[in-house]
Amino acid sequence: MLRDITIGQYYPAASAIHRLDPRVKILSTFVYMIALFVVKNFVDYTYILVFLGASIFLSKVPFSYMIKGLKPLFLIITLTFGINIFMTKGEVLYQLGPLDITKEGISQAVFMATRLILLIIGTSLLTLTTSPINLTDGIEKLLNPFKKVGVPAHELAMMMTIALRFIPTLLEETDKIMKAQMARGADFESGNILKRAKSLVPLLVPLFISAFRRADELAMAMEARCYRGGENRTRMRELSLHTRDFIAFIVTIFVLVAVLVNRFA
Amino acid sequence: MEKMIEIIDLVYEYRKNEEEKVKALNEVSLNVKKGEFLAVIGHNGSGKSTMAKHMNALLLPSGGKVYVHGLDTLDESSLWNIRQSAGMVFQNPDNQIVATIVEEDVAFGLENLGVDPKEIRKRVKEALEAVGMIEFSKKGPHLLSGGQKQRIAIAGVIAMKPECIILDEPTAMLDPVGRKEVMDTVKKLNKEEGITIVHITHFMDEAVDADRVVVMEEGNVVLEGKPKEVFSQVEVLKDLGLDVPQVTELAYRLRKEGINIKEDILTVDEMVKCLCQ
Repeated sequence: MLRDITIGQYYPAASAIHRLDPRVKILSTFVYMIALFVVKNFVDYTYILVFLGASIFLSKVPFSYMIKGLKPLFLIITLTFGINIFMTKGEVLYQLGPLDITKEGISQAVFMATRLILLIIGTSLLTLTTSPINLTDGIEKLLNPFKKVGVPAHELAMMMTIALRFIPTLLEETDKIMKAQMARGADFESGNILKRAKSLVPLLVPLFISAFRRADELAMAMEARCYRGGENRTRMRELSLHTRDFIAFIVTIFVLVAVLVNRFA
Repeated sequence: MEKMIEIIDLVYEYRKNEEEKVKALNEVSLNVKKGEFLAVIGHNGSGKSTMAKHMNALLLPSGGKVYVHGLDTLDESSLWNIRQSAGMVFQNPDNQIVATIVEEDVAFGLENLGVDPKEIRKRVKEALEAVGMIEFSKKGPHLLSGGQKQRIAIAGVIAMKPECIILDEPTAMLDPVGRKEVMDTVKKLNKEEGITIVHITHFMDEAVDADRVVVMEEGNVVLEGKPKEVFSQVEVLKDLGLDVPQVTELAYRLRKEGINIKEDILTVDEMVKCLCQ
């Protein structure tokens, strides 16, 4: 029952966006986010929308996947909408008890909700088109220059890799422990939230103990294979930048510049 | 014969609690010859696993010496050379695979050694071919069976071009099919590539094909010799609480019943030949 959880939300496809260097995709996502927060009026959203629309089209990821990503954040979006609509001062259109709905409030609410939706879709495009391994490699390479100021780039990447590696193993283990406890009469499904949370204790304790033992054995196995941190380490897969990567990044920068010019000029 | 691993009066102590010290290994001496297939048997707590971990400096001796390829394991400067020349495969296939893709995992050791990326690719391919797993190179390790995972672990070790592989009960968690896969791979590496094998196991059938068998008990070597010499001592092994290979057991019982039959029969073929004379 736990097996059908997919790791991350990577959507495998052979598209132009998928082929881009992960470093470029991560940086572009950052630039996109900055551009999104620079925008101050509806008209400027056009640039963002065109850019995002083109990226989604090129990525070959079905649009329904993007919408799916929005679902868990529906509450936050509604909340943002609600707060903005009631808390903005201005020309009163309608009174709802002590709360005023203002013209400015409506426009502000729509504006903020749009920003949030664009933010989520934009960032999920990164994880949808980049496999976890590529993402890890990209993060490691991008953080490398910051090693001198004490950012443990290699260690962070190694932690991510190991976490990804053990997700299926631990899920399988959880399933096994659950069945073992159910065979001895444990009940995970009935009762209120508190009762159900309590029933998870006999599941979590063995799971943690086994995870620690695994960690111990893995550390031993890694040492046996000469692991000694990031120093002098090479990688089999090298990231290399192609023309397409430069083009993609220039386009993204262009969007930011356009938004900046419209805002300040 | 050149010595691959030389263990001299090895003592390993660990603290059980504040006062009490336990000797897991008690003055063990053992030589592993180059190119040899050595099987180490003994039941749980006999110290066989502890000894294995001394062979590539994962544990360091409390007393005595361990030399791997002439290098002292207590000398920290040769630590990485030792671990590169004496690779190790562990019991649990899940807990020794580091990466999320098979070929990445095989490359892990080489990346640690700082090998050039092109050379890594080449050696990963060779290693995966040697264990017959090349078609799985892009798969996720969680999709493989236990025997396949263990072969990946072996590939990860042989990619580092070791002279010796120490296998610490690699088949203990596998089904019979997986066990056969792993044993066939190990035997092939020994015969074709001339890699020295130290195989620790509690399956007696796996020790039958070894060049030499060592039996451990309470931190000491109690029996040593060719499989035929060791397994013919059925009573000694039984006293130690160990099994003998099924066919040897049969031969032993037949002898007890008064049938005149050789006592060092290890395989079914030998048994058939002997009975049909």
